[in-house]
Amino acid sequence: MTDRPVLSASRITHIYPTPRGEIQALREVSLTLRRGEFVCLVGPSGCGKTTLLRILSGLLPPTRGEIWLGDQPLRGPDQRIGIVFQKDSLLPWRTAIENVRLPLELGGWPGPEATQRAQALLEQVGLQGFEHAYPRELSGGMQQRVALARALAADPEILLLDEPFATLDAITRERLNEVLVELWERQRKTVLMVTHDVHEAAWLADRVLVMSPRPGTIVAEIQIPFPRPRGADRWSHPAFLQTVWAIRQALGNGGG
Amino acid sequence: MIGKVTGWRIRVRSAVWLPRAGAALLFVLIWSLVVRLGDYPPFILPGPERVAARLWTLAVEGALWRHWWATAIEVGLGLSLGVTVGLILAYPLAHWRLFERMVAPYLVASQAVPIVAVAPLLIIWFGPGLLARALVSALIAFFPVLIAAIAGFRQVPPEWRELFRSLRATRWQTFWKLEWPAALPVIFGGLKIGATLSVIGAFVGELISADRGIGFLIKQGQGLYDTSLVFGGILLLASQALLLYGGISALERRWVRL
Repeated sequence: MTDRPVLSASRITHIYPTPRGEIQALREVSLTLRRGEFVCLVGPSGCGKTTLLRILSGLLPPTRGEIWLGDQPLRGPDQRIGIVFQKDSLLPWRTAIENVRLPLELGGWPGPEATQRAQALLEQVGLQGFEHAYPRELSGGMQQRVALARALAADPEILLLDEPFATLDAITRERLNEVLVELWERQRKTVLMVTHDVHEAAWLADRVLVMSPRPGTIVAEIQIPFPRPRGADRWSHPAFLQTVWAIRQALGNGGG
Repeated sequence: MIGKVTGWRIRVRSAVWLPRAGAALLFVLIWSLVVRLGDYPPFILPGPERVAARLWTLAVEGALWRHWWATAIEVGLGLSLGVTVGLILAYPLAHWRLFERMVAPYLVASQAVPIVAVAPLLIIWFGPGLLARALVSALIAFFPVLIAAIAGFRQVPPEWRELFRSLRATRWQTFWKLEWPAALPVIFGGLKIGATLSVIGAFVGELISADRGIGFLIKQGQGLYDTSLVFGGILLLASQALLLYGGISALERRWVRL
């Protein structure tokens, strides 16, 4: 792992104008993602996690602050960044494979190659046999697998995930987290995942960033030293539980 | 295997058509019952058999098809024109508030004035031909398509727009791969209303000026107190609306995957 930052944000402040005055969502947030890292961002709800993710993905220009993608400033959405949205982001008139193909179609890929790549990605997320199913025919977990495959379609360097499995039940969520880790270990993308689940963060990440309530800012950075693969036996390690506790406390210190 | 599938198809078809045929039969039965029980003279309310006979003589003369076809062409032209204009106007109206503020009052006004009042004007301007009648039909058909398409384009969920933005889709890609398919179910709703209205529009045009068409037939029937002909004309009009509606529903089943 090199220490060269792939994505860095410096002193991001964001203010929303509303009819009843301005709301400061983010205050002076700085962070750095190094190549191949898996970072989780945790924080209480309403702390601006999603806003921060939208800013990092180039969808939302921040009120103040700068974002650098490699050695260039980020000016808008970039194909080096893939996004997995919270839910319901699949297009209902497209089958699973057609949804995964979408970024490639928009990027002007030739049809057969796009289909081939989409097919391979669906297999990687464990959906072979469901290529031609429509989203409504798939369970919530399967839909998010499709969303994950779609985010990877254009082969981005960075994957941003906004509470991707938050609406799923605990067992499906755990299974999908495993799928995500397997993909990450195989493809070595740089991953930033927003979650409000402390256990999830401790299990998945190399590093956990903890945000304070609004106006959100990063109040703690916690390294997760455990070797991989991290199996289900993590629950029996006191050190793991201590880490979870440390994150929990950092959340509490933010005033949440 | 093939036989099985075909058998299933036939069963589905008959499940669709049997109730329809039954309802049609019931309609005819009640109609003839009303005529018989009320003992109405044929020039007030002819029975179904009289209307059928009148249509039959018309068909034998060769006039039925000619009139039906004349109206069908007007409806076809009118609806196509109305849908095209409706869809083309809908996109900028849905996206640019300024354009909407400027244009919307005129569109609403064009619909507030009864079509019967506008039709003579169109005939003065464009002559008593096919064009004027198709325009009357288009003028009434375009509005529901327009309103539906505006609603459809506007209600594209912001999450999907964000997705397309994150994928750096061009305006054209966003239209063709997002807005159009997302709006299609709503557009079809407007199209169904527009289709039935386009038949009314063509008919109104024919009432005012025509030497052929179903409107012409009905006017003739009225003048001659040939009530069976009037009824026959009404049935012919209904047949066109039903055909159009059925055709559009078939397209909808094929194109809309929701």
